[in-house]
Amino acid sequence: MPQILMPALSPTMEEGKLAKWLVKVGDVVKSGDVLAEIETDKATMEVESVDEGTVSEILVAEGTEGVKVNTPIALVLAEGEQAGEAPPAAPAAAEEPAPSMVQAETPAPAPAAAAPVAAAPKFEPQADPDLPADVEMVEMTVRQALNEAMAEELRRDKDVFIMGEEVAEYQGAYKVTQGLLQEFGPERVIDTPITEHGFAGLAVGAAFAGLKPVVEFMTWNFAMQAIDQIINSAAKQLYMSGGQVKAPMVFRGPNGVAARVAAQHSQDYSAWYSHVPGLTVIAPYSAADAKGLLKAAIRSPNPVVFLENEILYGSTGLVPKVDDFVLPIGKARIARKGADVTIVSFSMGMRYATQATEKLVAAGVDVELIDLRTLRPLDSDTVIESVKKTGRLVTVEEGWPQGGIGAELSARVMEQAFDYLDAPVLRVTGKDVPMPYAANLEKLALPNVDEVIAAVNAVTYRS
Amino acid sequence: MARKATATKAKTQANVPQFTNEQELEAFREMLLIRRFEEKAGQMYGMGLIGGFCHLYIGQEAVVTGITMASEKGKDAQITGYRDHGHMLVMGLDPKGVMAELTGRQGGLSKGKGGSMHMFSNEHRFYGGNGIVGAQASLGTGLAFASKYTGDGSVSITYFGDGAANQGQVYESFNMAKLWNLPVVYIIENNKYAMGTSIERAAATTDFSMRGASFNIPGEQVDGMDVRMVFDAAKRAIEHARSGKGPYILEMLTYRYRGHSMSDPAKYRTKDEVTKYRQERDPIEQVRARLLEAGTVTEEDLKKIETDIRAIVTEAADFATNDPEPDPSELWTDITIEA
Repeated sequence: MPQILMPALSPTMEEGKLAKWLVKVGDVVKSGDVLAEIETDKATMEVESVDEGTVSEILVAEGTEGVKVNTPIALVLAEGEQAGEAPPAAPAAAEEPAPSMVQAETPAPAPAAAAPVAAAPKFEPQADPDLPADVEMVEMTVRQALNEAMAEELRRDKDVFIMGEEVAEYQGAYKVTQGLLQEFGPERVIDTPITEHGFAGLAVGAAFAGLKPVVEFMTWNFAMQAIDQIINSAAKQLYMSGGQVKAPMVFRGPNGVAARVAAQHSQDYSAWYSHVPGLTVIAPYSAADAKGLLKAAIRSPNPVVFLENEILYGSTGLVPKVDDFVLPIGKARIARKGADVTIVSFSMGMRYATQATEKLVAAGVDVELIDLRTLRPLDSDTVIESVKKTGRLVTVEEGWPQGGIGAELSARVMEQAFDYLDAPVLRVTGKDVPMPYAANLEKLALPNVDEVIAAVNAVTYRS
Repeated sequence: MARKATATKAKTQANVPQFTNEQELEAFREMLLIRRFEEKAGQMYGMGLIGGFCHLYIGQEAVVTGITMASEKGKDAQITGYRDHGHMLVMGLDPKGVMAELTGRQGGLSKGKGGSMHMFSNEHRFYGGNGIVGAQASLGTGLAFASKYTGDGSVSITYFGDGAANQGQVYESFNMAKLWNLPVVYIIENNKYAMGTSIERAAATTDFSMRGASFNIPGEQVDGMDVRMVFDAAKRAIEHARSGKGPYILEMLTYRYRGHSMSDPAKYRTKDEVTKYRQERDPIEQVRARLLEAGTVTEEDLKKIETDIRAIVTEAADFATNDPEPDPSELWTDITIEA
């Protein structure tokens, strides 16, 4: 008996809303018929039948949110088939439980984690800026946070505009610019041709002339076409002109490893851009940081490379509800205070690091977890101070090991806190290979929670 | 459609736009300043006072002079590649600052941190001085974008060479410039050689004025050795861009007398070719001959101008030789702006 399964709209979709049923029990369907409409925060799609037969059962009611991909949503009886065979009861288990932290992937209740609640680390975004203790926090996705940041800055300063592929009429390839065209019009929210080198250069020229462009790259992979303009024109301009000509602008878009898109669409440019003097490089993890730092980036008089992450766009977090939430560039956040070992990460690496932290804390290791947030200027002080206290450092990133952020931190710690180290610094990184397509190989190529735990065990000499 | 210019057909005197006496004298002064400045720069390079790359504009003076005369100074933006000294002199930047930048001194336009290829002036709206071949095409298109965005009525005058004309981003820029009708005039300075490679060996089609045809950008081929022709075409092109009709291409047929850079012995062309240009087409000599023929000035008058210009260049060279190098602390300034 064919089951109709909840489909994925994209490689990174994990769940969605079953918005509407277009068939009912007893309807005869053939392949190509539209059965239902499903929705995510990013898109809407129709589910078509690939089977022929009669709808015998609707398993998930219209309007249900948070339906996991591959969950059976209906049964279709082929001609001659008998009803009554019990469908498999349980949907395929989610690959890994959502982290039981504020930065949760799903709004659904977190699965009962092994970690005692009291020991779980907590993010406290209030600790970042000087916010009043009683500030109201609003839950939103990273995508919404970025969208709000841009909308607020577009409202605030008429010199700010956004350009890129599909940012306007399509509402953003990843829906980060949703609604901006409607509010700000086509003069300020500008669809470009597929011409990264050209529009990046054009935007740099506009910045020289005093505007404040926000350039969206559909992904940072495509920005390789434009890297000359980012580095040779934008980053070096102030210096080459003896301080005369500025390039106040933001280059932004999803960076890092997506899901199942293979080598050319899955890489992390954090270390590449962090290498370049003249650039500011920001790689946020939480929704609050995404908002507060993007606003800061747009206001910065310098060219900013703002590295988002496709997989994190849909994750939710608490964002302070204040009129103008701007975070300082260049300040790491201590996500959890601890005394035994320092884990430093940023962006998607923070997901592995936080999940590992939960488990380690549950096992009695007092982890100090630091989210760098800004990669240039790198907040060495926070890391060094922490290592002086813990004597041990593990770094976590999705990028390649050679010349990576972990390599840089390792060098700085050796230079500035050598005598405080009780163990060699260990790096957990993406593997030193182009990203493979096959699901099993891709998983192997990425860093994971177990590797972080193993590294912490090694530097703390626990077996 | 791209159209063949009146200028290309203008071999007959009847079609040549005429300059007033004042215009002839202005062109003479500006071009002579570039010539003498560049000759001095070449000499100082030979003395080891100027380092790195040094690309001289000798032979091409009419291009930037005629175009700048046709533009609104202080309003229209200009941007070019690495052969940029002439542009700055004509736009009114201090020759001392330019020469001191060549020698890497603290009084240079970029405090000695940019060098020959990297000089700028927000005040004069000169945006370089760009060392990456073709990058200025996109940047200049962005200057035009800013003009349209703010509605300030300025035109972006974006220069690049026949070599850069084969870079991909030039066509990305053409496409966006026409798509959005941006006020930009692309000046293709065709001096026949991209470094050591002649246009015939590098370009599938050598009529660069046609390079915008598939984007519906009009183009003209212009005698870039005759400052009157340059001025006339530039007036037309700038007016086109300023009036909201979008980009315009002017291919300037010009010639550089010196090598690509100071280290280039120019073995890829004959001495005769160079001599022919110098003797028959020299942009400065053309003006000198016309002025004398018209009888409005005397040899003595022109000598006086020569003397004045030599004094300016000598002053610049002296300044650039004696000005101190930047303070070591400058190594660490101007990297980013503290917010």
